[in-house]
Amino acid sequence: MTHPWLPNLSSKEDILKRMGKTEEDLFSDVPKELMIKGDLNLPTRRSEYEVKLRLKELKEKNVQLKYPPFLGGGVCPHYVPEAVKFIISRSEFYTSYTPYQPEISQGILQALYEYQSLMAEILDMEVVNSSMYDWGSSLAEAVLMAFRINGRKKVIIPELINPFHEEVLRTWTEPRGITLVKVKPNEDGSLNLDDLSRKLNEEVSAIYVEQPNFYGIIEDNLEAVVELARRMKVVTIMGVNPLSLSLVKPPGEYGVDIAVGEGQELGIPLNYGGPYMGIMAVRWDAKLVRQMPGRIVGKTKDENGKQGYTLILQTREQFARREKATSNITTNESLMAIANAVYISLLGKNGFKELGEEIYRRSHYAMRKMVKELGLSRTFQGDFFEEFEVNLKNYDKVHEALLKRGIHGGLKLSDTSSLLCVTEAHPKKAIDEMVDVMKEVI
Amino acid sequence: MWRQAVWDEPLIFEINRTKSRRQGILIPKEEIEEDVSIPDSVRRKEIDLPELTENEVVRHFVRLSQMNYGVDTGMMPLGSCTMKYNPKSEELAQDITGDYHPLQDVNTVQGTLEMIYETQEWLKEVTGMDECSLQVPAGSAGELAGVIMIRKYHLEKESHKDEMLVADTAHGTNPASASMVGYKVVYIKSNEEGLVDVDLLRSTASERTAGFMLTNPNTLGLFEENIGEISKVIHENGGLLYYDGANLNGILGIVRPGDMGFDIVHLNLHKTFGVPHGGGGPGAGALCAKGEMTRYLPYPIVEKAEGKFIMNKPERSIGKISSFNGNIGNVARAYVYIMGLGREGISEIARLSTLATNYLIDRLKDTKLELKSPNRPRKHEVVFSAKKIFDETGISALDIAKGLLDQGFYAPTIYFPPIVEEALMIEPTETESIETLDMFANALLKTIEDAYSNPDSLRRSPSNTAVGRLDQTKANHPSTVTPSYKVEKLRLLLKNDLILK
Repeated sequence: MTHPWLPNLSSKEDILKRMGKTEEDLFSDVPKELMIKGDLNLPTRRSEYEVKLRLKELKEKNVQLKYPPFLGGGVCPHYVPEAVKFIISRSEFYTSYTPYQPEISQGILQALYEYQSLMAEILDMEVVNSSMYDWGSSLAEAVLMAFRINGRKKVIIPELINPFHEEVLRTWTEPRGITLVKVKPNEDGSLNLDDLSRKLNEEVSAIYVEQPNFYGIIEDNLEAVVELARRMKVVTIMGVNPLSLSLVKPPGEYGVDIAVGEGQELGIPLNYGGPYMGIMAVRWDAKLVRQMPGRIVGKTKDENGKQGYTLILQTREQFARREKATSNITTNESLMAIANAVYISLLGKNGFKELGEEIYRRSHYAMRKMVKELGLSRTFQGDFFEEFEVNLKNYDKVHEALLKRGIHGGLKLSDTSSLLCVTEAHPKKAIDEMVDVMKEVI
Repeated sequence: MWRQAVWDEPLIFEINRTKSRRQGILIPKEEIEEDVSIPDSVRRKEIDLPELTENEVVRHFVRLSQMNYGVDTGMMPLGSCTMKYNPKSEELAQDITGDYHPLQDVNTVQGTLEMIYETQEWLKEVTGMDECSLQVPAGSAGELAGVIMIRKYHLEKESHKDEMLVADTAHGTNPASASMVGYKVVYIKSNEEGLVDVDLLRSTASERTAGFMLTNPNTLGLFEENIGEISKVIHENGGLLYYDGANLNGILGIVRPGDMGFDIVHLNLHKTFGVPHGGGGPGAGALCAKGEMTRYLPYPIVEKAEGKFIMNKPERSIGKISSFNGNIGNVARAYVYIMGLGREGISEIARLSTLATNYLIDRLKDTKLELKSPNRPRKHEVVFSAKKIFDETGISALDIAKGLLDQGFYAPTIYFPPIVEEALMIEPTETESIETLDMFANALLKTIEDAYSNPDSLRRSPSNTAVGRLDQTKANHPSTVTPSYKVEKLRLLLKNDLILK
C-alpha cells in the first residue's frame, strides 16, 4: 500500500530490518488486551478528487443565500480582500509553529509585532497580546486577571452584554466563585450610571462595559464609569468592536485597564463559529502586563546589533510557571492576528475611517427605512454602530418569507424582536430587497 | 549550505517615508443620504495607521514570510507538538465553512452540520469515547473544559474534592488548567523508568482526589503500561481519569483512551489530525467523554433527529468555552484529513510515527546523548539528555538547537520535560521520509561533533538564519522591554525613560 501523505508506508519492513526489530517489538509495552482488534469503523480512504466531490455534495446541502446574512451578534459578515487571503495562505506562515526559535522565525515574529502595534494604535493602548481565541474567552481571561490582581469576587456587567460572551464568561469564572452583577440600561440603551454606582462596593473586582453594546448602541458616558471605578480601585475592562473605533473614542482615551474585543471584523471570514480572534490589551503598567495571559512579541537586537523580534515575558506562561501561570493558553490565533495586521495595513488611516463611516451609513439607512416604511419600532433609541434591534410582530413569519427569497434576516431575540447587522458586505440593493419582502408580510 | 532569506524589512509604519496618501483597498460605497452624526463627545481623534498601496503591503508580508520556517519549508522535529505535514487538500474545506455565520438558521447549513456530525462520530471511534464536542477552540481550552466538567460532576455528587493529580512529566497546560478551575495541583513523580510511580499514586490518591491528568504515551514518549492499575486506583478513590490528547499520535490506530479507562479526552486536531498550526494558532480541539460524563460536555453538539441535523445541549452541560461553535474552519480540515487517510491510513499513524522515532534512536544510539530506559521502545517521540555533552564541552541543549537551525532544520523542543536535564525532545512524525530522517540524524551527529571540535562557532550559531542569536535580556528587561511601536514612540518622547514599573 502507498499513500501520498505517508512516505515510509511501503518501506516499513526494510526500515525495521535495518534496526533489527519487528513492529511487535515497538509496541511490546502496550498490553495486548487493550489493542484495537479488527478495523476501526471509519470510512475507507478517499483520493483528493473524491474528497472534493464529497465537499461539493455537502455544500449543496447548504442553502445558497443571495447576500451575506444580516446577522451579527458579535461577529459580522465582511468582505475579506484577496490580499489578506493570499498572505495568510503563505505556507511559511500557516504551516509554522509558535516561534520558540526566534532566529528562524523572524517573519512571523515581526508580523505579530506589527499586529500588536497596529492594534495598539486602534485601541490607543500600549500592550497588546498576540491573540486569544475570541472576544468571549478574552473577556473571561480579563476577569480572571482582575481576580488575581485584587482577589475580589464580584464583577459588574451591563444587562445588555452580548449573551454569547456572557455565557463564556460564566463557564470560565463560575468555578472560581466569581459572581456577575448586572447594571440596568437607560431608556436609550446606554448604561445606567445611578444603578452602577449603587452596585459598586469593596467586593467588586471589575467593571465590564461594551462599546457598542449587544444592541449596537454606542455608550456615551464611559468617562464617568472609569472615574467611578478608579475611586473604588476596581479594574476596568472595556469590550470593543475594533471597527467601531474608526468613529468612536478608543479604550485608551478613557484610561481603562484592560481592553478586549473581537478581531473577526478585520479580515477574518465567519468560519461558522471560528477561528476568530480574541483581542486583549492593557495599559503600560507592570501589574497589568505581568498578569496578562497569552503571547507577547517584543523588539530586541541580535549579537551583531541587528534589529530582531522574540517572544517576551514568557515567565508568565504555563510551560515556565505551571500551575502559577497567568493562563493555560498556548495555541492561540496567531495566523488570524496576521490577517488583522494585513487588513488594517490595507485599509490604512483613511480606509479605516471610510469603512466605519460606510457601515454606519448603511446600517442607519436600513434602520430608518424599516421605521419609516414598515412602521417598526426600536426598544432603545440610542445611536448605534453596525447592529440595531427592531420590533417585529412575528419574527418567524418574516424570517420564513425572507428565506424563501434567499435572504437571511436578523437574529431572533424573541418572537417579536430581531437584531440586524448591516455592513459594507450588504449592498443597498440587498437592504432594499429585504425591506420589500418584509413589507409583503408585515 | 542552507541559507534563510534575509531582508532588511522595515516596520510597516516606516515604509511610506514621504507620508503621502495611499490606500491598499477601496471601500465599496453606496449613494445613501445618511450622515455620520456621532457626537463630538465620543468622536475619535486622529489615528496613526500606515498608508500603503496593496503592492507595498503584499511585498512586505511576502518578505516576512520568506524569513519564516514552517513544515512546508522542512522538517520540524518539535517534541509534543506533532508538526506533521499538512495535506493541501485540507484547504478545500474552507468551502463549507468560510462564509457561514454561526447563528444562521440550522436549516440553511445542513451540509456543514453533517460534516460536524461525521467528524464527531469518527473522533468517537478513534478515541473509544461515547460523545464528542467540537466547541473547544484548542487543546488547552479542552483541558479547561474537561476540568470544569470534573468539578461540576463532583459538586453534583456532593463529594468534597479539591486536589488534581498531575504527572511530573505533564505538559504545563495540565497544572495551569487545574489551577484555573481552583484545584490544588499535586504532582505524581515518575519512577526510575520514567513512568507513573503506581505505588506513589496509590499512597497519594485519596477522597480529596478529583482526578488525574495524564497523557499516554507520556511526554518521554513512553507508554504507561500500568494504565489499567492507574485507572483502578483513581476510580477507587472516586476520581476521574483525564486524557491529555497531545500525544495521541503515538497510539492512534493501536489503542484507544476509552479502552484504557479514561473518562474525558481532549484532542488537538492541529496535532494528531494534521491541521496547520498557523504559527501558534488557530488550532482546533475536541472534547470527548464516556458514560455519565457526556452529560457535562460543552455545547453545541450536532445530533441527527428525524433525518435532520440539529444542535443540542447535553442536559448538564458546563456551557460554552468559546463564543460560538468552536473553530469549525479547522474542524473541517481535520474532516478532510480523516477522509483522506481512511481507516487504512489512520491505523498506520502510530505505527509509522513510532517507527520513525525508534529509527532515529537507533541512528543516535552510540553518541553522547543519553536516554532514560534505553531498552524501552518509544512511541512518537523521544527525549534525549545532552547533559554529558554539556558537562564535557559547555555546549548546551540550546546551542545544539541553534546548530541544527544552521543546517536547515527546525530545532527539537528543548528543556522539556523539566525532569530531564538539557533535554532534547524529538518527534519526527509519520510524514518524514527515511531520507529526511537520515539527513536529520546526520545533522544532529555533526552538531555533537562540533560541540567537541568547534564549540565556539556553535555557541555563536545560528548564522544562516535571518538574524543571529537574539538578546533575551534586553528583550525582557523592564527598562528596555518593547512590546509595540507605540512604546517605541513613547520611549523617544520620554528619552528612553519608560520603565515598566
